[in-house]
Amino acid sequence: MSKLQNAIVGGVRTAMSYVPSSWLPGGKPDPLIERRVTLGTQQSRLDGPDKVRGSSRFAAEVPMERLLYAACVHSTIARGRISEIDVSSAEAAPGVVLVMTHRNAPKMALPPPIGLANLKAAGNNILPVMQDPEIRWNGQAVAVVLAETQEQADHAASLVKASYESVAARTRFEDAKADARTPDSLMIERNRLKKGDVQAAFRRAVRSVDATYRTPWHNHNPIEPNSATIAWNGDRLIVHDATQMLNGTAGSLAKVFGIKETQVHVSSPFVGGGFGGKALWDYQILGAAAAKLAGRPVRIVLSRAGMHRLIGGRSPTEQRVALAADADGKLMGLIHHGFSVKPPHSVCDEAFTLTSRSLYASASFDVVQHTLDLDVLANTFMRAPGEAVGTFAIECAMDELAHGLGMDPIELRRRNVADCDPVTGTPHSQSDLMLAYDLGAKRFGWNRRAATPRSRKDNEWLLGMGCATGSFPYARMPGMSARITIDGDGQATVSSAAHEMGVGTATVQRQHAADRLGLPLERVTVRIGDTSLPFGSFAGGSSQTASLGAAINAASGKLASELLRLAGNDTPLAGLKVGEIEFANGGLRKIDDQSRHESFVSILKRAARREVSVSGESGAPLEMLKFSMHSRSAIFCELRVSEVTGEVRVDRLVGCFDCGRILNPKTAASQFRGGMIMGIGMALTEETLFDERTGRIMSASIADYHVPVHLDVPDIDVLWTDIPDPRTPMGARGIGEIGITGVAAAIANAAFNATGKRVRELPLTPDKFLFA
Amino acid sequence: MSGVHVSTTINGDPIDFVCDPDEPLLDVLRNRLGLTGAKEGCGTGDCGACSITLDGELVCSCLVLGAEAEGRKIETIEGMADGDKLHPLQRAFISNAALQCGICTPGFLIAAKALLKKNKNPTEEEIRFGLAGNLCRCTGYDKIVRAVQEAAKEMRGA
Repeated sequence: MSKLQNAIVGGVRTAMSYVPSSWLPGGKPDPLIERRVTLGTQQSRLDGPDKVRGSSRFAAEVPMERLLYAACVHSTIARGRISEIDVSSAEAAPGVVLVMTHRNAPKMALPPPIGLANLKAAGNNILPVMQDPEIRWNGQAVAVVLAETQEQADHAASLVKASYESVAARTRFEDAKADARTPDSLMIERNRLKKGDVQAAFRRAVRSVDATYRTPWHNHNPIEPNSATIAWNGDRLIVHDATQMLNGTAGSLAKVFGIKETQVHVSSPFVGGGFGGKALWDYQILGAAAAKLAGRPVRIVLSRAGMHRLIGGRSPTEQRVALAADADGKLMGLIHHGFSVKPPHSVCDEAFTLTSRSLYASASFDVVQHTLDLDVLANTFMRAPGEAVGTFAIECAMDELAHGLGMDPIELRRRNVADCDPVTGTPHSQSDLMLAYDLGAKRFGWNRRAATPRSRKDNEWLLGMGCATGSFPYARMPGMSARITIDGDGQATVSSAAHEMGVGTATVQRQHAADRLGLPLERVTVRIGDTSLPFGSFAGGSSQTASLGAAINAASGKLASELLRLAGNDTPLAGLKVGEIEFANGGLRKIDDQSRHESFVSILKRAARREVSVSGESGAPLEMLKFSMHSRSAIFCELRVSEVTGEVRVDRLVGCFDCGRILNPKTAASQFRGGMIMGIGMALTEETLFDERTGRIMSASIADYHVPVHLDVPDIDVLWTDIPDPRTPMGARGIGEIGITGVAAAIANAAFNATGKRVRELPLTPDKFLFA
Repeated sequence: MSGVHVSTTINGDPIDFVCDPDEPLLDVLRNRLGLTGAKEGCGTGDCGACSITLDGELVCSCLVLGAEAEGRKIETIEGMADGDKLHPLQRAFISNAALQCGICTPGFLIAAKALLKKNKNPTEEEIRFGLAGNLCRCTGYDKIVRAVQEAAKEMRGA
């Protein structure tokens, strides 16, 4: 991102500081915060019955006539060019219909990159797809084979013989530091931050810490592989995909193939886990290109190894955090510097320094991060991009400082938690981290913790407790649309190209629409998952609930005025203005006056209308510039470390979340727990093993990439403050990402409390405790 | 490659199919018979998303050849509910929110049913071991344990 962006965002922020908050979206608290009926209640997933029957249709399951199956051949070098590619044996193999390489692939434009300003783009890896013999990363697709069955395609793919002219590739993190870049901005924030005199702070500090923390490559590894079933119908492209970005995928494919957006139809009613890894990658483009050449529909399902070659993961980071404190533990200086990988063809800043500049009220700051250019597949967003790894560094450093000061780690945070943005002074929309700590500490039994490390033991096991703060910013995307249709029976249908990847979108937004429209749940239907519906932004950045919530709210306002117009004069509502009415009991009424009520059914009947339909859109998210909006959490961990093997066993996790209003405790608890368990994986086992000599991922299977399994998962307790955010739709902030943040730090801090050994490099594998 | 003719029983119904000799049973179920409830998460027996039972034994159908199904009894997720009536495990998964994206769910249900057939009253640890071959990345693990406990209790008539 650019200096220009910094100037624009800075200018708007300055202007916003003069604008009264009542003029902004969220200026007046959403009335549903007070008036909720079904919101806040436990509701089981609407898609549950189909999913337990196995009848929900995922992307790789859409039946098509004359379907062909695809298999990819991947480069075995990181940089260079294909000198020769022999496809004759593959073409002659049984069942093979097409072998596509750069020699016969159709001409295709570059995929447009995901950007904050362009919701019609979903590209992650902005490189030409099979357009030339150039090799740009180890694992790039060099050929696609189409055959009548998957086995035939896989077999034929093994017969493709490619030879390469290699050139020296940049594949070493350490070597790339010499040419590190310093981006001007991270998301919508300025990258380089200096406030006050940090050097002086460290000279005057009573206690300081200064350490380097490292996190490895990670891969999303959803259980559903990235997959698509693709067909051309003339010049119309139909893609059944597993995506978190429906409209972005459609817009990108239109650009790549030089057709109109309206000629691309993308459907994705269910996504079998995303976590950031399901947007546009080479496989959809390759599948569509091959389908075009073959003149037949294509199913492309990446193998688990193929996912590691063609779907980017979370960048590794190296982060230096230094903290200076006075005798009371007040932060005088905070330094957070570091490196992550971001080749020029990547779109994702691994913005790990954003938390440390907003969480604690240090008197001075020196914060900046740098990116490294390697010849690798583009890195991308993965659950809590930036914050998952950033909170590991800053929250371990806080624990080290507390230990140095001889102070309780929660008390250290209490003395430093910011009550507004510590750099700009921007007020919080709502934030109560310390309440989360207090509730969580009580539930956890923090008072049982021994302050001295390595002082509790049970045979071979060293016992410990630790805590850490989690954090994720609020986001609402502009441009997300929703349509509300009320039919003659008074039933409402809400539609939007929104996404369901396990989060419970339809379930929660049905609760929202029911309360918004004054209807019982069973009279509301929610339709999502398809680009034929009104424009959807994306399921990412924990933004979808707020974005779709704002769209439904906007549509409901238009619906009220349209119904009032249809009601005419012969109605109990006659003479009332839009501002004087509200939805209630299946119709409209004068605010708080049931005697002046008319039902939807009656209004439509009198107007001789079968239905009324309106659309609304999520407007510019100016509240994000006027207020500092973050969700926070307090994470507690109790664990044991074996003195014999160095193994860490987590016994208990407690997470207390301050995320605004919780809309459906049942689905929300699943989000939090799921995030926390992914945090256990990040802390203890997850690591994509990258061979720095060859640029090849070695752990390209789930036998080698260790996601948490049943026996890794301890007793987990989840609670929340449930304080509404007055600036957001329904008082809620997003909850999808925050669960993972802070967990690795809480576990590492507990492991230090157990063993007295400070391990600053993830994952916390046994060797690091035995031999460190 | 000539096809292999296979006679088998799937969810109580006699079914004949023709498949390639090297074709996994999972691909037969999904691509030839339209039984897409079993999912392919890895193709190497690591994730358990393709779990089915073969003569009552829990297997990963990605590791079984279609040809091996000759004369065997196959049960898949499609046969778990009795018409409109969901199996107690299916109901317990819904009410305990033991599923999110739903891709691992059929495999977990089949594995849990196989576990409860052998052990009507498993401890939490036995459930965790019994389901050790199934991965969930939305990571509903502890809710899955609760759901299996609840269903087991109901099935015992307790």
